[in-house]
Amino acid sequence: MSDKNYLTTDYTLRSWFLTTDHKRIAILYFASLIFFFFIGGAAATAIRIELATPQADLVSSDVYNRLFTMHGIIMVWFFLIPSIPNTLGNFVVPLMIGARDLAFPRLNLMSWYIFMLGGCITLFAILAGGVDTGWTFYTPFSTLYSNSYVIVAAAGVFIAGFSSILTGLNFIVTIHRLRAPGLTWYRLPLFLWSLYATSVILVLATPVLAITLLLMATERFFGVGIFDPRIGGDPLLFQHLFWFYSHPAVYIMILPGMGVINELVSCFSRKEVFGYKFVAWCSVAIAAVGFLVWGHHMFVSGQSLVASLVFSFMSFIVAVPSAIKVFNWTATLHKGSIHFDAPMLYALAFIGLFTIGGLTGLFLACLAFDVHATDTYFVVAHFHYIMVGGMVTAYFGGLHYWWPKITGRLYSEYWARTAAVLIFFGFNLTFFPQFILGAEGMPRRYHVYPPEFQVWNVLSSGGAAILAVAYLMPLFYLGYSAFHGRRAPANPWNAPGLEWQTSSPPPEFNFASQPVVTRAPYQYNEHFQAEPQNA
Amino acid sequence: MPERSAFAPQYASIPHRDHTAELGMWVFIATEVLLFGGLVLAYFVYRHAFPQGFAAGSRHTEIVIGTANTAVLLTSSFLVAWAVEIFSPVTAKIVTWLLIAAACLGLVFIMLKGIEYSREYDEHLVPGIDFQLAGPKANGVQLFFVFYFVATAIHALHMLIGICLLITLAVICRKAPTTRHHTALHSAALYWHFVDVVWIFLFALIYLPGRSSS
Repeated sequence: MSDKNYLTTDYTLRSWFLTTDHKRIAILYFASLIFFFFIGGAAATAIRIELATPQADLVSSDVYNRLFTMHGIIMVWFFLIPSIPNTLGNFVVPLMIGARDLAFPRLNLMSWYIFMLGGCITLFAILAGGVDTGWTFYTPFSTLYSNSYVIVAAAGVFIAGFSSILTGLNFIVTIHRLRAPGLTWYRLPLFLWSLYATSVILVLATPVLAITLLLMATERFFGVGIFDPRIGGDPLLFQHLFWFYSHPAVYIMILPGMGVINELVSCFSRKEVFGYKFVAWCSVAIAAVGFLVWGHHMFVSGQSLVASLVFSFMSFIVAVPSAIKVFNWTATLHKGSIHFDAPMLYALAFIGLFTIGGLTGLFLACLAFDVHATDTYFVVAHFHYIMVGGMVTAYFGGLHYWWPKITGRLYSEYWARTAAVLIFFGFNLTFFPQFILGAEGMPRRYHVYPPEFQVWNVLSSGGAAILAVAYLMPLFYLGYSAFHGRRAPANPWNAPGLEWQTSSPPPEFNFASQPVVTRAPYQYNEHFQAEPQNA
Repeated sequence: MPERSAFAPQYASIPHRDHTAELGMWVFIATEVLLFGGLVLAYFVYRHAFPQGFAAGSRHTEIVIGTANTAVLLTSSFLVAWAVEIFSPVTAKIVTWLLIAAACLGLVFIMLKGIEYSREYDEHLVPGIDFQLAGPKANGVQLFFVFYFVATAIHALHMLIGICLLITLAVICRKAPTTRHHTALHSAALYWHFVDVVWIFLFALIYLPGRSSS
């Protein structure tokens, strides 16, 4: 085999936009997600600048509403949900199981096009008219009062949902059917267990969101009372249907992140993951129980007390598998030979931030406290700790970990570590003050607030400035490394996973010969040496 | 994608390839179950809230057309199953005709549905546009018809997709069918049967409530 790899087989635009190679599709997703991340980030920046003072001096309340809606919609549906599965997952799933591609390569390309179509429609809605409903599209506001771009935005989300479904379907079938000989379920890397669990949620929850948005559009177009109480409808039904998707969606965001962390913690402490089977089944448990907790978003909605108690109880239960994972990571670190490379710094940041986010989640699962904290900055801080501190940090960690495999280049370790530390610092400075703000009673989605909250808001905005710089840094040093970095060896981290046994970057169909798996994953302590297969 | 002998193949064997495709269809059907599941949930919530309105609304539906459609759809499902069962290069011609017949029955279903819709339009039963029913049960009846129209329209959309699938397969299977086509046909048949099963649920939910007590 010549030195051709998947990046150099063909240079035409056509070869990129009609590719069925999972690696190239991952790159397509990667580029589009950077785009959406910075749009969502720009909205967040505007929000934080506005909140630096208690008055409305930057934007009007109407524009402010549109800004946080734009931030929410873009970040949730066009960054957080697709990020790890569609970029890192797309790239490494076939590599990790020793397959030459996903089970349905053309479907994979189609899901990227669907994703982009949905993204463009939503972006159009946001830029043309602006949507001010918040990312939740709560009825009857979205169906009766807000402008009609809300339906366009929802249509974009609806379309993007198909992309999620198809990706999840592809992963499930691939992981079931295309594992290399010898790769039993208990030899599967934990990242794949978590992606599998994520895919099950994608496949089972997303259609419910689709039907919800469809009913919302029906109500809006025909003025019928599905959710409008004047004509017999019930706005609570919207919330039930919406959160039946959107709470599991939180696990769509965090489970792949947890999966990445397993790989990183194990690799950079040179140890087998502690309690492999527990970690694996905890992903499945989180996915399963995650379907039964949606009502904790509705504690103050007027649902029955019994329902609230049940949902509160289930929310406590779902914390158990998450906690098991955290304990297993720390146990893996214990007496490990820890290397503080950039991916490991991200992983350690993840463990800290996710723990804070998870514990405050328990506060909110507690009925009495939740009534106090509902719709305050405490909630905002909590879910940003999970979704940004957890998910985005894990995404960056995974990106750095697999970067040599994806591009065949090494990045500047110095800048990568600096960015990781800055992200951790900036993140905490941004969001920790929001816990205090929330506990003191500052409501979310307000752009004018009493002056006594200003100290914490200024701290938070200052942290956001640091965070913005820290998030921009990888754009430069990774961008530089993609073209000018040192050549990466096939296995720069000396890791035992199958994906490291092919060259960096991998050839078009991944492996020259069908790999055969003969050992459990994460055998770092066996003086493992990778056999270069394509040398 | 061209097969390159220099690389490990994607599938170990032909059955391996076929089972992979089939699993894909089953997972897809799982998402469809949840899609219709959301609708059926909404239906039950409102039927619980307006039992009399729903019974009254149900009595306004065209049960003759609904029953005829059920029969049409079951027959077409039977033809598709038959086609899958006898599929082989020798029987290509029969398979093609069976698929075309099934697709035609699908079109008959759509046509009957259209007649049904136009009658409901004439009776002013379309919510939002010209719903004209007053009285204490009006809200319930209107919600029933919201559910009726949304569910049957989505079902009809699935039918149209299925009809296109069947016709495409009929054209492909006409000449030199291979195991690959059998897999495609098998997956399409799974989809068609699923759409059929959804209809049976919808039939029970739409046409039957309130009929026995009247």
